Amino acid sequence: MIEYLALIILIIISLSIALCMIRVYKGPSTPDRVMALDTIAVNVLAFIVILSIVLGTEMFFDAVLVIAVIAFVGTVAISKYLMKGDIIE
Amino acid sequence: MISLILHRVTRVIIHILLIFSIFLLLKGHNEPGGGFIAGLMASVSIVLVYLTYDIETVKRFMPISYPAMIALGLFFATGMGLGGVVLGYPFLTQTFDYFQIPLVGEIELATALIFDIGVFLTVVGATLLIISSIGEGS
Repeated sequence: MIEYLALIILIIISLSIALCMIRVYKGPSTPDRVMALDTIAVNVLAFIVILSIVLGTEMFFDAVLVIAVIAFVGTVAISKYLMKGDIIE
Repeated sequence: MISLILHRVTRVIIHILLIFSIFLLLKGHNEPGGGFIAGLMASVSIVLVYLTYDIETVKRFMPISYPAMIALGLFFATGMGLGGVVLGYPFLTQTFDYFQIPLVGEIELATALIFDIGVFLTVVGATLLIISSIGEGS
């Protein structure tokens, strides 16, 4: 039961990542693209967590935390570049 | 002063990130983790402080010379490797033993931890030296 549910969730998350890629490609402005890339990072996190439930392992949880932190700092850096034009003052 | 939300979030999150990097450092050598990824996490957390405040504030609160940090890390790593040579084993030979520590219980301490701490200091020093040089140049 839980395997079929996890499979359906993985398919839905893949669909969501594909829609975000369309937004990255089309996005009229740069902030749209930044938000789409941040959403892709969050979707990848959810994907890895569901995948580790399917595989029954805990080895991926550190990778999930590392990707979360790096995506957060990257989004903050891009936002500051868009706001101020200078990342480190 | 860029954003009040970012200031508050950084003050809370910086402790969690540094504790997470120490966790990765101590977890390495038996499970995924180790000196390199722990160093990257620590430098990402300090880069977040660089983004929130400016270079002068970070220098005032953290007066550390990054080249000295790289030298100290290489000293630790090479010294641990040479320790095996002094005792008659090949270079970088490592050993481990179990110790009883109060409040923690029995833990395994390996000499590879010294090597990992050396890698940690080298990675943090090199990353922050590169990023602060780029930030000062622009």
